[in-house]
Amino acid sequence: MPSVKMQRKSTFTDMTPFVDVAFLILTFFIMATKFKPPEPVEITTPNSVSSAALEEDDAVMITMDKDNKVYYSVSVASQDNQGIITDIINIVNKEQNLNLTPEEIANFKKTPTIGVPFSQLKSLLDMSQEDQNKQVQPGIPVDTTGGQLTYWIQYSKQAFAGYPLKYLVKGDNQAKYPTFDNILSALKRNEQFKYNLITSPEDAPPGTELYKERHEGGAKPAK
Amino acid sequence: MASIESGEDSGHKKGPGVKKAKKLSTRVDMTPMVDLGFLLITFFVFTATMQTPTTMDLNMPKDTQKQDELTQVKQSGALTILLGKDNQVYYYVGELKPDASNFQQTTFKGIRDVIIKKKQEVIDNYVPSPEDDAKIIERAKENGDPNWQNAAKDRDFVVIIKPDKDATYKNAVDILDEMTINNVKRFAVVKIADTEYQLIQKTEEAAGVK
Repeated sequence: MPSVKMQRKSTFTDMTPFVDVAFLILTFFIMATKFKPPEPVEITTPNSVSSAALEEDDAVMITMDKDNKVYYSVSVASQDNQGIITDIINIVNKEQNLNLTPEEIANFKKTPTIGVPFSQLKSLLDMSQEDQNKQVQPGIPVDTTGGQLTYWIQYSKQAFAGYPLKYLVKGDNQAKYPTFDNILSALKRNEQFKYNLITSPEDAPPGTELYKERHEGGAKPAK
Repeated sequence: MASIESGEDSGHKKGPGVKKAKKLSTRVDMTPMVDLGFLLITFFVFTATMQTPTTMDLNMPKDTQKQDELTQVKQSGALTILLGKDNQVYYYVGELKPDASNFQQTTFKGIRDVIIKKKQEVIDNYVPSPEDDAKIIERAKENGDPNWQNAAKDRDFVVIIKPDKDATYKNAVDILDEMTINNVKRFAVVKIADTEYQLIQKTEEAAGVK
């Protein structure tokens, strides 16, 4: 009796292409990933059509969260100029009579964001970074004339004297306009009139002038 | 899947004293490698911040009380936009009439058409004035505006933005964006007047906006 023999197929599949693809994707993600710096507050920035890329170096960043609390942070690009950050805290220490210890002054560099009034700055700088992240900061007091933020900007300006300094404003969608207005008045009182608002990119709505300029003409002559 | 074969049950012997070198399979079990690979991919996918933020430049003028330093705005070309609670937008053209009959309500979607319409109206009513226009045209040329001949036509068009205290930061950014979108060259952010704020509140109450 002739019997049809079923061929036994091996269950062992060749995984090599699979591994290839997996590692290709992995490489892509490793390259494309930029890690978020630790932020004490979650901010959802509004969308805008502006397409200028953000440069966070040599800048004072003023953050405004959804509860209208204001935070201050500073970033300095080059390693040689890291002294500026120490200068800022030294000026703060002197002008506000905070009696900070050298350890507290050194800790300022590691503190990513300041969101406390001057009266609480000493105790904030006493904490380790972990504790700082856990603590809910009350925000820097601002009012229609700028409040304490005015001083922070003034001291930063002093410390940055001779170097370019940018002002970044990062606000949450839900933040109220008066807070933004207060931040602006703090900056204006320091004779600073140019700011960068941090936004998420968005395309220009079709049919508008900007859309035509970007998509149809596209021929914006080089400056 | 992969297994190390033990020497004992490796079958029959070829002959006494003859030990043949065993052929090892070149196949490697890749399953753990794939597992690890995908674990890492998942990790990077979740931590990735793909969108790089952009910035919007904002230049504010210096606050001044001096009359001669203040910018003069022609009533015919002025459009005032007020930002209220709950993403509501109010606007009026020219000056606010005492009976508030030209005070209108719209949304962020609707305001674009209002701006476009008003801009077109200003362009249509354009009266050439060589001395004023020369500067504007000159600047447009310098900036490489392909449409520089017409750059001065909307010179009288000014948008005045007045956010009230219930407006959000998003509203402010959105309306500034609208200026970029519609190529409004002159706009100003101004503090809201009390009468206007009361008017908004009245309208909000009537409309039941919380």
